[in-house]
Amino acid sequence: MTGVRTLFEKVWDDHVVRRADGEPDLLYIDLHLVHEVTSPQAFEALRMSGRTVRRPDLTLATIDHGVPTIGRELGIQDPLSKKQIDTLIANCEGTAITLLDIDDPRSGIVHVVGPEQGVTQPGMTIVCGDSHTSTHGAFGALAFGIGTSEVEHVLATQTLPQAKPKSMAVTVNGDLPPGVTAKDIILAIIAEIGVDGGVGYVIEYRGSAIEALSMEGRMTVCNMSIEAGARAGLIAPDQKTFDFVEGRPRAPKGSAWDTAVAYWSTLPTDPGATFDREVIVDATTLVPYVSWGTNPAQTLPVTASVPSPDDFDSPLDKDSTRRALEYMDIEPGTPITEIAIDRVFLGSCTNGRIEDLRAAAAVLKGRKVADRVHAMVVPGSGLVKLQAEEEGLDTIFLDAGFEWRDAGCSMCLAMNPDVLSPGERCASTSNRNFEGRQGRDGRTHLVSPAMAAAAAIEGHFVNVADWELS
Amino acid sequence: MNPVSTIQGQMAPLPRANVDTDQIIPKQFLKRVERSGFGPFLFYDWAVDPEGELIEDFVINRPEYRDAVVLVSGPNFGSGSSREHAPWSLEDWGFRAIIAPSFADIFLNNCYKIGLLPVALDPDVVDRLTEVAQDPENSVVVDLETQTVTARDVSIRFEIDPFIKHCLLNGLDTIALTMHHENDIASYENARLAHRPTVQ
Repeated sequence: MTGVRTLFEKVWDDHVVRRADGEPDLLYIDLHLVHEVTSPQAFEALRMSGRTVRRPDLTLATIDHGVPTIGRELGIQDPLSKKQIDTLIANCEGTAITLLDIDDPRSGIVHVVGPEQGVTQPGMTIVCGDSHTSTHGAFGALAFGIGTSEVEHVLATQTLPQAKPKSMAVTVNGDLPPGVTAKDIILAIIAEIGVDGGVGYVIEYRGSAIEALSMEGRMTVCNMSIEAGARAGLIAPDQKTFDFVEGRPRAPKGSAWDTAVAYWSTLPTDPGATFDREVIVDATTLVPYVSWGTNPAQTLPVTASVPSPDDFDSPLDKDSTRRALEYMDIEPGTPITEIAIDRVFLGSCTNGRIEDLRAAAAVLKGRKVADRVHAMVVPGSGLVKLQAEEEGLDTIFLDAGFEWRDAGCSMCLAMNPDVLSPGERCASTSNRNFEGRQGRDGRTHLVSPAMAAAAAIEGHFVNVADWELS
Repeated sequence: MNPVSTIQGQMAPLPRANVDTDQIIPKQFLKRVERSGFGPFLFYDWAVDPEGELIEDFVINRPEYRDAVVLVSGPNFGSGSSREHAPWSLEDWGFRAIIAPSFADIFLNNCYKIGLLPVALDPDVVDRLTEVAQDPENSVVVDLETQTVTARDVSIRFEIDPFIKHCLLNGLDTIALTMHHENDIASYENARLAHRPTVQ
């Protein structure tokens, strides 16, 4: 007798391999995603201890963090990145793990590829040595980032001992105003609960505004759960989820599909189930958000002005604000719409999917990027790129003055050659505005794709919700 | 993993909130495929200027803190990415424990896996320890067995999950522990839902 349970509890309970008093639950892992940066030491340690990969058939590898987004025909020029990538290729060959290599059109950012290939499905446990694994929670999966020692643990055993996190419900009610997107919802939530507001929790996003989002939008919301410190974020699977999964290469087929949908339909949180914490957000009052500081909670509506250290009480908050303003080179009280930008980065596992490219293209159509701005689009995967080209979006971007690149993580974390120069200021659709994230002394402002496109045109932030778009 | 025993020595103060893993070890150093040697890149952008010169007044560059074994910092330490390179670099530099009011979840797990001891204490106690650490002559004792931190006039108990404590004290290989439960894993796999996807 389990009584009423939340989505999170159901997925958790379905994966407990072993439960013992005084020990963390041992969870089975349905899908292990692997990339080149956080895996080499795990494979090496596995070899040194004489262990093998237990379930290569439940492990999928991509190359995304270090790949260049132009000039790939010349090969990987950075010798360290090349070594890391070659190491992953050799490790996959040696262990029979499927690898989507760089020249495979299905390759791209690991969190874009999983859903595209249909290996991300409701009710699964999914891990990856990457904190944005929470993206897959959009399907009603329990998906979270792990470190390299845990990567080794999953490779060896296909399980992970885990202390059960607490549960939080974030309910977003009402209709989003035009021009306000999933990215603005999650930035507003992080600004509300704080950069550590989710620590120790798995968040379930619910409410009519979440239900109204596309799967792409839901992925954007779940993706940034970690930016509030949450272990994971998830959303109940519904018909939209099933429609997205159906027909994809690894989706169940025939009678297995019917069985799967029947099972997935049992997963949503039962009426009456309770959470350890509840947060309610009114979607109808939201406007586009822009981060002004050096963590994702230092974010405000585009209509606001940046704060002053004097606005805060605690010495640590005063110090954080002072340090952030100094690093970002912004005076206290500056209206966000007066902040001028040099660069635009459209892409990442947060906002590099087809819907994100469509939203930016809708703003850019028939317009030109400001002279002072250097803008680029990096699709989330090779398939996103092909789809966009089929729809003619590449022409819109190129005509507007954007560069049209190949897929990868690119300037979200700038491990490849796409790096901000010192002092450059970037409107970025990515997920982190930490000091140096996009390049040493570079300055990152997190925004939605539509806001990034509008900023590209005007050369500074503007409220895209005010624009009449055809 | 080596067993964690009593940690005794200097404390280095870094009183900043939300020290993220991008600050602990910037991305350009994540390209190495080795497990060791990350210490020289710890807090790189705070410790080394753009010309490659050491920033002398940054805490880990100050000669009087060169032997520090405990870092004392602000809340939400280790937020951001899952890179285990962050605890590797702290450990390789010489730290054996981190004291802060709170830690990010993935960072915490990564520390436990390598035997770097994260100690969460009330913010006001951390403030007092930060003050004590201003004088490099003061030392600290972090005792995992008794779950206590002692430094000058501060003596306080900290909480830690008993199972994690057991693993740390004995330097247990958690993969080996899990492999003891092979029968449980195999029977779970046999009963696993048939429609779950594979990638081959």
